[in-house]
Amino acid sequence: MEKKAIKTAILFKGAQIVDPFNDRIIEADLLVENGKIKKIKKAIPESESKEVVNLKGFHITPGFIDLHVHFREPGYENSETIETGCRAALAGGFTQVCCMPNTKPAIDNRETVRFIFEKSEDELVNVYPIAAISKDRKGEELTEMAELADAGAVAFSDDGSPVVNGQMMRNALEYSKITGRPVINHAEDPSLKADGLMNEGRVSTQLGIPGNPPIAEEIMIARDLIIAEFVNGRIHIPHVSTAGSVELIRRAKAKGIAVTAEATPHHFSLTDEYMRSFDANGKVAPPLRTEKDRQAIIEGLKDGTIDAIVTDHAPHVIDTKETSLDLASFGMIGLETAFSLAMTHLVHTGKLTLMELIKLLTIKPAKVMNLHLPPLKVGEVANLTIINTREWWVFGRQNIYSKSFNSPFIGNEFNGRVKGLYAKGHYITF
Amino acid sequence: MNFKTRSQLMDETALRRTITRLAHEIIERCKGIDDVAIIGIRTRGEFLAKRIAKKIEEVEGKPIPVGVLDTVMYRDDYRMKKQLPATEITEIPFDVDDKILVLVDDVIYTGRTIRAAMDALMDFGRPSAIQLAVLIDRGHRELPIKADYIGKSVPTARNEEVKVHMKEFDGRDEILLVEVTE
Amino acid sequence: MNLRIKHLLGLENVSREDINTILDTAFSFREVLDRPIKKVPTLKGVTVANLFFENSTRTRISFELAEKRLSADTVNFSASGSSLAKGESLRDTIQNLFAMKMDVVVMRHPTPGSVKLLSRFVDAVVINAGDGTHEHPTQALLDIMSMKEKLGSIEGLNVAIIGDIRHSRVALSNIYGLKTMGANVLLCGPPTFMPYDVESLGVKVTYDLDEALAFADVINVLRIQRERQGKGLIPSMREYRNVYGVTQQRLSKLKRPITIMHPGPINRGVEIDTDMADSEHSIILHQVLNGVAVRMSILYLLAGGR
Repeated sequence: MEKKAIKTAILFKGAQIVDPFNDRIIEADLLVENGKIKKIKKAIPESESKEVVNLKGFHITPGFIDLHVHFREPGYENSETIETGCRAALAGGFTQVCCMPNTKPAIDNRETVRFIFEKSEDELVNVYPIAAISKDRKGEELTEMAELADAGAVAFSDDGSPVVNGQMMRNALEYSKITGRPVINHAEDPSLKADGLMNEGRVSTQLGIPGNPPIAEEIMIARDLIIAEFVNGRIHIPHVSTAGSVELIRRAKAKGIAVTAEATPHHFSLTDEYMRSFDANGKVAPPLRTEKDRQAIIEGLKDGTIDAIVTDHAPHVIDTKETSLDLASFGMIGLETAFSLAMTHLVHTGKLTLMELIKLLTIKPAKVMNLHLPPLKVGEVANLTIINTREWWVFGRQNIYSKSFNSPFIGNEFNGRVKGLYAKGHYITF
Repeated sequence: MNFKTRSQLMDETALRRTITRLAHEIIERCKGIDDVAIIGIRTRGEFLAKRIAKKIEEVEGKPIPVGVLDTVMYRDDYRMKKQLPATEITEIPFDVDDKILVLVDDVIYTGRTIRAAMDALMDFGRPSAIQLAVLIDRGHRELPIKADYIGKSVPTARNEEVKVHMKEFDGRDEILLVEVTE
Repeated sequence: MNLRIKHLLGLENVSREDINTILDTAFSFREVLDRPIKKVPTLKGVTVANLFFENSTRTRISFELAEKRLSADTVNFSASGSSLAKGESLRDTIQNLFAMKMDVVVMRHPTPGSVKLLSRFVDAVVINAGDGTHEHPTQALLDIMSMKEKLGSIEGLNVAIIGDIRHSRVALSNIYGLKTMGANVLLCGPPTFMPYDVESLGVKVTYDLDEALAFADVINVLRIQRERQGKGLIPSMREYRNVYGVTQQRLSKLKRPITIMHPGPINRGVEIDTDMADSEHSIILHQVLNGVAVRMSILYLLAGGR
């Protein structure tokens, strides 16, 4: 990764500029001066900039947004830090990320919210904290949601710990009316999940691995949607993984419930078939589901039921992955592979257009958490991602910038690749 | 591996005569067949043992116990081969203690099979003696082992092989000396 | 003669040809066990590590005996699952053991897939002695060997497996092995003991023990773990016995004898009555003897070819 500070101007020539705000792709040159877009038009003379980059055949898009990452800081710096997480984000084309509060201490107080902002101040990626719903994510006492929102928390979640208590969930959703920030509940009924280590289905039966049934997720989502409707709260459903969940959200949206939803690349790229390898890198929460579920998620991304593609980037040191399935941690890293997985499984297969994909990585997630995404317009802040939609490449360990390597995709061939970014006065290439 | 026939060592008649002679030699040397048993080494040693036993019964007018021994489990060389040899069932349905056991095999070469067979027999008890009968002795011994009853001694080269065909297994009786050509 | 498999991790992907080779070889080793000196030098110089991360008396003794009967050198490592601290890498534990250069590892572990994980990290033949609720291939092979010994052929045989299918590695390995060998398999037990869509394994299911008995040439009765009772999967052992217990009364309704098997250890008076387990139609003790022979066969076929 090469980062170059651009003191004055940089001219990107000949790229296809993907503008999701206006639903159009145009071929033009783009001149950035002092961090802002100075000109977008055909044939800007090279004499207008000291730095000139030829991007013929490439696309420029707004910087991607990831609503769901784990940067492990504070507390678990051996698997990731804000610094290494931001590096991984850049490698994936992301310039804005929201980090989950399952840190130690949890992001359940203003000091930790401030810590996240301070620690990421000098990064080229904007890092926004999602604060906990309950103190220490224990599901017992509400955090000071209103004040945390004032301090900059963009949403509320107890992350991997489901809010089991219905009253607690109701209170959190009531408070979302003050904060205007969505409440995110890890949708999993612990009693139905039981000791499940993968999706309960034909494959778990064949492998003799204890199953976590889709109904564990669906029941929790159904409950939360009912509460959200009753109290008129704002809810966001994380990492939707089953066909039933997609359907529940689709119906809720049709009824006018204030719900948004996200899905991860691994849930639309892999199925429970992966578990035949018994590789703990495939152990995620919620688990990898069936082909039917995978297709339903893609359908949900297409028809607007699901608003955002998020990575749920979950770094873990190798020791906690190269162990027996029951002891292995849940989760996989995802920032570096998100765009390429989406290109390979959504765009290359003809399920989504490039424009639809870029919206799921930019304006749609921005709207979910009310983040500012600078438009591709003269005078706006330049925050750009450069992609090659035609390249085929093999993802390897050397392409991982995260501190951890827990990816099941090492060695996979992908279509589409992030080639560079422009963010906060820096031009980054790989 | 390909083979080129060098010469015929025995035809059906010669094999029959040899078996008859071996049977007589065993009776003579053991002074009758009380406390004598025959043990054939799988695969072709088994059929040879049964034919010798039948001949002995014809001459002596009473049956002689016959066992079959598989030596694979006792071999020291199976791990050098590409193909793992199949183990077969050993059947020794009589007490070997204080018996003269006549081991029967088709060809003696390095002596390693016989060494394995003797080790195996020792695990069945304490025979009073072990003797060895072979159809062909082709030389090249690697162990101090010598047959007591020999059908025919044939000097051979290392790149040659003795191919024994027996009706029970191969559909015909014939022994050939062949050259191994790659 | 060489098997197509390099490790024995489960029976899911083992061919009929390989199973036949294992059984044929097992019958030849079975004869060794009847000799005055029950030992052959076949695996002299081969070192076998028995790694048991879960308590097991029967399987461990059977493997150890098989190894000793083949003259292999053995080392034993036993640790209960809980003593492996959370976060400690299984890989580390294993690689430490492997610095000592083992040829074969026999492994029992409480978690599905752990044995496969091991096979990725070590340069040795790996044999699954039971990994959680996944597979227990040597148990299924000895079961199939015992059925073959008693009934001649597996093809077309009607086998009923009775009990807690969902938590049973014995059941899963038996299903895979028996299906490969052409048997018809019927599972019987309460629905809470059946895994999701178990019919997709190519078996039939009944919740009615009498129906299973009417179908079967052979019944393989699984042990009921007492801990299941607490989890609410069965209300009580008493009720289980009344509904699914293999009793004299149940069997006497049939006009023909059924061969009775049990992988042990038996909860006498729960899943099966004492007089049934000890009856002339029970081959439970043959299973134990065949277990040693089958394990000798596997050890020879996998380690001998190295």
